[in-house]
Amino acid sequence: MLEKALVGSKKYYALVFFLAAIFLVGFFFFLKQLKFGLGITGMSRDVSWGFYVAQFTYLVGVAASAVMVVLPYYLHNYKDYGKLTIFGEFLAIGAVTMCLLFIVVDIGQTHRLFNVLLHPTPHSMLFYDMIVLNGYLLLNLICGWTALHAVYKGTKYPSWVKPFIYLSIPWAFSIHTVTAFLYAGLPGRHFWLTAVMAPRFLASAFCSGPALLLILIYIVKAFTRFDPGEKAIRALAKTITYALLANLFLFGCELFTSFYSGIPGHQFSIKYLFAGLHGHMKLVPWMWTAYALMLVAAVLLVIPQTRNNLGLLPLLCVLVVIGTWIDKGMGLIVGGFVPNPLERITEYMPTFPEVMISVGIYAAGFLIITVLYKIAISVMESRGLI
Amino acid sequence: MHDAGKVIPGIIAFVLFVTVPFWTNFGKAAPKPQPEIPKEYKKCVESKEFMRREHMKLLRKWRFDVVRNNMRIYINSEGKPINMSLQNECLRCHSSKKKFCDVCHDYVAAHPYCWNCHIPPEERKGWATKEVKSLTEEASSEQPASHH
Amino acid sequence: MVIDTRVCQKYAPCEDCIHACHHLHNVPQIPYKKHEVKWIWKDEFEHAFPDTAHEYANEVLHGREFLLLCNHCEHPPCVRVCPTQATFKREDGIVMMDMHRCIGCRFCMAACPYGSRSFNWRDPRPFIKNPNPRYPTRMKGVVEKCTFCTERLAEGKLPACAEACKHGAIVVGDLADPNSEINKILREHFTLRRKVHLGTGPSVFYII
Ligand code: SF4
Ligand code: SF4
Ligand code: SF4
Repeated sequence: MLEKALVGSKKYYALVFFLAAIFLVGFFFFLKQLKFGLGITGMSRDVSWGFYVAQFTYLVGVAASAVMVVLPYYLHNYKDYGKLTIFGEFLAIGAVTMCLLFIVVDIGQTHRLFNVLLHPTPHSMLFYDMIVLNGYLLLNLICGWTALHAVYKGTKYPSWVKPFIYLSIPWAFSIHTVTAFLYAGLPGRHFWLTAVMAPRFLASAFCSGPALLLILIYIVKAFTRFDPGEKAIRALAKTITYALLANLFLFGCELFTSFYSGIPGHQFSIKYLFAGLHGHMKLVPWMWTAYALMLVAAVLLVIPQTRNNLGLLPLLCVLVVIGTWIDKGMGLIVGGFVPNPLERITEYMPTFPEVMISVGIYAAGFLIITVLYKIAISVMESRGLI
Repeated sequence: MHDAGKVIPGIIAFVLFVTVPFWTNFGKAAPKPQPEIPKEYKKCVESKEFMRREHMKLLRKWRFDVVRNNMRIYINSEGKPINMSLQNECLRCHSSKKKFCDVCHDYVAAHPYCWNCHIPPEERKGWATKEVKSLTEEASSEQPASHH
Repeated sequence: MVIDTRVCQKYAPCEDCIHACHHLHNVPQIPYKKHEVKWIWKDEFEHAFPDTAHEYANEVLHGREFLLLCNHCEHPPCVRVCPTQATFKREDGIVMMDMHRCIGCRFCMAACPYGSRSFNWRDPRPFIKNPNPRYPTRMKGVVEKCTFCTERLAEGKLPACAEACKHGAIVVGDLADPNSEINKILREHFTLRRKVHLGTGPSVFYII
């Protein structure tokens, strides 16, 4: 099947080379970072995690969200998702790869990365995160690839993958839960120290991931004969709607707890993000944009006429993706660090090399997704399925 | 075999490419390294042969014992106690990293990064560049005067 | 460790302890605030004890500066989160850093509720003006903090900060021993610890 990745239209080659070129640019900046150290980024003693970890967190969510198409198809035998599941799983592969790359660029001693394996530490959440992320990558490779292979051969997927498929469902929940636990278990970081962190992570994942999947599917649909069918798209739109509402609801719960209890420590980060603290307000416009986008998208998705408008839907998905990306990425990570444990304020903005390295990783991820999607489309075409 | 015309030159080019280091060094055998042994001292921690072969393992063990087990004294095979410290013990006798450590390491192209943190005798004076010096002086002059 | 903040205030702006520690351990003086590295430093009451400070606190407290350093917590969150055991707790209670093992993930920095940890955002060496040849430096990409002078304790010496203080403001001892000098001081004085409500069990006490 792999050979299908090698032959394609001019546009396909152009896209592949374009993404590869951007990746190389990012790699160039990564070499600079290796040389100088992480001081090349905007991070500091007070805001010690930034854009990289933000992207990591967001993408774990995207990866986990594949379960939103896998679960209905395999557990509830929801046939309409038949063609979509493979795309969901391939998106997860791309997303997990990006997650791992963001970890690689974020740590200070890159070549010592394997110390995590050499000295396994069961009381560290990062240890579990490494296990679940790599396991999830493997599971999706197995499930996605065999499913596609079955299409290629014109058979049903072999029965030995069944257990892997079933395993991948709770596993998807686990990757995002563990990622939430990275933050939710730290004393003294009020903004993160909340039991709804994991549910909120899942909610935002299950709206942003499927929204991204839908956008990609729309793009694929525009360039190939592939069509997942209106029913599948409408069903996915409903998932996005419910998850987005849950996400906003959980944020409301946070607001209630912080402001009704009146405990200052619980309010500082939220105030910093939405109103600024002692004149520091770099993130304020971003946060309002994020919540405006999510609110508009939520209203329009709840109204059936606008949700079912297939021309408008991709636009709504874009709103959801951008809104959750700001909120869960920069907002959540940087918000947790401001103010610092001594209640002093250091602000953070990513620097140019930092952004370029991140863009490079996104290019690598989308390169993987492009190639995988291309293979899937070609296989389906060769079987006359589309 | 179709495409043999492309495949075979391809293979040759590949083989040539991966052996580039070999060709560029061809016939330029470097002389056997001669690390400078300190004259005033007769004995190292262990025998010469042992040190030559195992010094990295020994240092790794020391590192582990000192940092993680709070054990600072090594008893060598003759029963002699030795302070486990690269910077303060090994380099006490081997007073030049350049003439000792680097000689073999360079020969075998090993680049241990001990020296990123441990200060070799040659660098005891410090590293501050002029530019940085003026910066730090500026900063320290802003702080209240200290009593020394 | 007990710090008598009354003494510190009396001799302000004395910083002998800070200079001694930072010189001895080759802690770089990086003028760029964001890349700062520090093991022991001073800050005001409101920042040292943000949960205890209030607007009616008396003037004395207001003007006083507090020495801050790693608390060598009894239940250290930094140790809990470290994925490689590069940060670990020794049997004697000291929270130690193994810079050879640290991967620089900075999870410990997010976990420490006292801001005790610094990351080497760049090569620290150019910023060490007058290095101490008997102690290593660090390299870029690892986290560092106060090690409670384990290298000195092994030789039977006091921590450098305690020794450097001419006025005896810093007293070090064994908390586990009920008859130790430090326990006596704790029984006789009113002391504060930073953020006790978090359950970390800090081992640095402040006489007010
Ligand atoms: S003060 Fe911070 S760094 Fe020190 S032991 Fe406690 S949590 Fe760890
Ligand atoms: S930065 Fe180093 S010490 Fe801190 S948690 Fe990571 S590996 Fe452990
Ligand atoms: S105990 Fe030692 S390492 Fe810690 S602050 Fe004092 S002098 Fe520095």
